[in-house]
Amino acid sequence: MLRLMDLINQLFPRSQNSRQDAKRRLQFVLAHDRVDLTPQILEQMRQEIMAVIARYVELDTDSVEFSLESDQRMTALVANVPIRRVRKEPTILDDGGDAPESSPQRDAEALESQPN
Amino acid sequence: MGRILVVTSGKGGVGKTTTTANLGMALARLGKTVALMDADFGLRNLDLLLGLENRIVYTALEVLAGECRLEQALVRDKRQPGLALLAAAQNRNKDAINPDQMKLLAEQLAGRFDYVLIDCPAGIESGFRNAIAPAQAAIVVTTPEVAAVRDADRVVGLMEAAGIRNSRLIVNRIRPGLSQVNDMMTVADVREILAIPLLGVVPDDERVIVATNRGEPLVLDKNLSLPGMAFHNIARRLEGEKVEFLDLDAPYNTLLGRLQRALQRKIF
Ligand SMILES: Nc1ncnc2c1ncn2[C@@H]1O[C@H](COP(=O)(O)OP(=O)(O)O)[C@@H](O)[C@H]1O
Ligand SMILES: [Mg+2]
Repeated sequence: MLRLMDLINQLFPRSQNSRQDAKRRLQFVLAHDRVDLTPQILEQMRQEIMAVIARYVELDTDSVEFSLESDQRMTALVANVPIRRVRKEPTILDDGGDAPESSPQRDAEALESQPN
Repeated sequence: MGRILVVTSGKGGVGKTTTTANLGMALARLGKTVALMDADFGLRNLDLLLGLENRIVYTALEVLAGECRLEQALVRDKRQPGLALLAAAQNRNKDAINPDQMKLLAEQLAGRFDYVLIDCPAGIESGFRNAIAPAQAAIVVTTPEVAAVRDADRVVGLMEAAGIRNSRLIVNRIRPGLSQVNDMMTVADVREILAIPLLGVVPDDERVIVATNRGEPLVLDKNLSLPGMAFHNIARRLEGEKVEFLDLDAPYNTLLGRLQRALQRKIF
């Protein structure tokens, strides 16, 4: 079967399908154009959001995906954050202002694994 | 009061002026009165596409300076008496006029004509700002290419920010043969990406270039060509008629074309 495909591919040069390339590249670039965020700001936002999530769950930092997607002129920030495990006690930040009430103490051990 | 529409795109060379000229002429043929405003100060060419370049005496600037009346500056088209052109100044630059002045002129025209179509220059700077200032709605022209679509998206966003939320899309220079072998974005692709309503589709056709050379918009032909029909249909849609979009695949539906496509679908 594969052999036959190769032969056919040689007889009829394969379409590069540049149409799909065009669509994919446009969708990416427009999502960024539309929100008008610099890569620096985007990265800073990514780090801050990750820090907040890391207070509650242990992240698989390497496989976190963070992207802007656009649909019907609405841009969405899409984060795919694989969770290793949920922390027993959420940790609080130094300024502590926005920590949930139920977790007054800080979990020193968890804090160490926070990316920064 | 007439409707004030801007024809814009961001990118240059995608067909704004061609669209303005043909749409103006097509609306006039439907019995509407139409004023075309060239907003491309310094690089005007709407007069050329209409074949009216020899009849321009005054431009928008003389009207604003009080050197002539608006009526005197309007060039009436002898082929379509409902159509008139207010030319831009060619020997000045884009800053020769400001958005308030554009508004003033467009609103005066809207008092006398059913439609005011503004031919926007390329770019997103002062010329663009001037052109969109008076507009109630926009016609965004693009071709099915990445750079043109990106720029179109940008101007749609800028117009939304300026309060113009009802932009409609024309996809120009479609080559169905190419999208069928998956080497060009289709109208559906472009529409999906830009997410604004479709107003029309225009094929890539050498008769557009011939018409440009002659200064005779396509919609003047007795037997409308396919691109001429496309512009005629756009005019009818502007008038609120429901008109099917052209089936631009038709000329490619030859036996050989069908065979090639069938093979491609099967194999890849
Ligand atoms: N549908 C089409 N088929 C073939 N040529 C076209 C088509 N639309 C525009 N053109 C050509 O493209 C060039 C640029 O068109 P123009 O209307 O001046 O663009 P813009 O005003 O956006 O800069 C012109 O030479 C014109 O004849
Ligand atoms: Mg032009």
